Amino acid sequence: MRGIWEPHRLVLAAIGAGLVIWCAVSLRWDWIPQYAGEMAQGVWRTIWLLVLSVAIGMTLAIPLGLAQAAGPWWLAAPARAFCTVVRGTPLLLQIWLLYYGLGTLFPQYPWIRNSDLWPILRQAWPYALLALSLSYAGYEGEVMRGAFKSVPPGQLEAARAMGVPRFTLFRRIWLPQAVQRVLPTLGGETVLQMKATPLVATITVVEIYEVASQVRRELLITYEPLLLLAAVYMALAGVIVLIFRWLENRVPQKRA
Amino acid sequence: MGTKPYSTPEAIRVDDLYKSFGTHDVLKGVSLTALEGDVVAIIGGSGSGKSTMLRCINFLETPTSGQITIAGEPVAMRPDGTPADRRQLERIRQSLGMVFQSFNLWTHKTVLENLIEVPVHVMKCPRDAAIARARKLLARVGLAEKEAVYPAFLSGGQQQRAAIARALCMEPKAMLFDEPTSALDPELVGEVLQVIRALADEGRTMILVTHEMKFAREVASHVIYLHNGLIEEQGPPEALFGAPKSDRLKQFLKSVS
Repeated sequence: MRGIWEPHRLVLAAIGAGLVIWCAVSLRWDWIPQYAGEMAQGVWRTIWLLVLSVAIGMTLAIPLGLAQAAGPWWLAAPARAFCTVVRGTPLLLQIWLLYYGLGTLFPQYPWIRNSDLWPILRQAWPYALLALSLSYAGYEGEVMRGAFKSVPPGQLEAARAMGVPRFTLFRRIWLPQAVQRVLPTLGGETVLQMKATPLVATITVVEIYEVASQVRRELLITYEPLLLLAAVYMALAGVIVLIFRWLENRVPQKRA
Repeated sequence: MGTKPYSTPEAIRVDDLYKSFGTHDVLKGVSLTALEGDVVAIIGGSGSGKSTMLRCINFLETPTSGQITIAGEPVAMRPDGTPADRRQLERIRQSLGMVFQSFNLWTHKTVLENLIEVPVHVMKCPRDAAIARARKLLARVGLAEKEAVYPAFLSGGQQQRAAIARALCMEPKAMLFDEPTSALDPELVGEVLQVIRALADEGRTMILVTHEMKFAREVASHVIYLHNGLIEEQGPPEALFGAPKSDRLKQFLKSVS
């Protein structure tokens, strides 16, 4: 901690503080109370889109990775194809294909339109969530493939030699070790996923980015909403980094 | 064998075991019987098939043909040698404690968690009882202080002693050791052999693949010398080491001493 008090750091900190104060004093922030409700809702929507898509995506990524790492070819090939397609096409395109494609296909079937799910399916967010989840699954499926392969065979052999049934072995030895190895990667990918969420604004899902755009449109101010938006994303990224750091530190690593 | 009264039950029996990897025949018909309390040492040069023979006993390798019988129960096999009854194999594996050359402690679990993993989560014994047993075993192998430590922070000798304790924690009927000291620095070999010797002294059934000839001679009740997938010579250690009959064994013993 001694390093903080070195002169060049103090100068940098002073410049930083000056910038923040200048922003706070000379820019226009009087609109914040007026939009506070919308902004809170936007942040909330961004968070749950992120959390749910990461959860669903990871749930899909595990079988996708396992199929590629250890599955028979008729499972490995489609899993590989899925990951390649998802990773090889823009997320914006995937969102639009699902929203305008599925979204216009579904109403043509009366049994879908008359089903209890229709009130949900006619909204935009299910397609946003689906697209984000599939994208995360594609990238993390590839990560998990490497993760499963990187667990030393001896770790699994020890369990097999002790009569551990296959599913227990997967759940208690193989999967936790695989995830452990790629936690830093998953942390980075989750930050990337967060930064991809503004794309869903293009299909009318109003998350924090869209709220900022509204402010800009309605008040004709440029920088203030964008600066606030940047601060919000920085804060979210910070939380993600902290969560993953905590997860990584649960098993102490020996550092050479 | 020989020295034991014939009423002692058989713990492990291997009959006419063949194993080939592709076109390469590793085992060409080997048999072995370990009565309860026997310590069988398998010795031989590298590539002689000794590790493969041990690994076929709990089906970590699939035999090409032959029969494995554990405590009088033949392991059900399909015609191609693969185990036919997964449940039976899991049960039998739980009765055979295996110790590997490379320890294979689970790196994401502490020493204590390694010991109680299978007893609690597979064999469903009460957690408290498993922990009590694990602590007793850790004290026995001299690792009482290390129960909360992760394997990466232990020396090779400590890891191997913990691995032995992990195998014992399942209360196995017999122990299988696959070159337990081959991956250790020379100064750490002694502490592991000491633990294995104590197990032999308390009358545990074990099969031991080893390069430690002096140790095999001291603890084994029966020694098998494998050469090119066949048993070249076998018998009590005094006979095998003291008066080897075959030229190959004489040559082998000369090369390792």
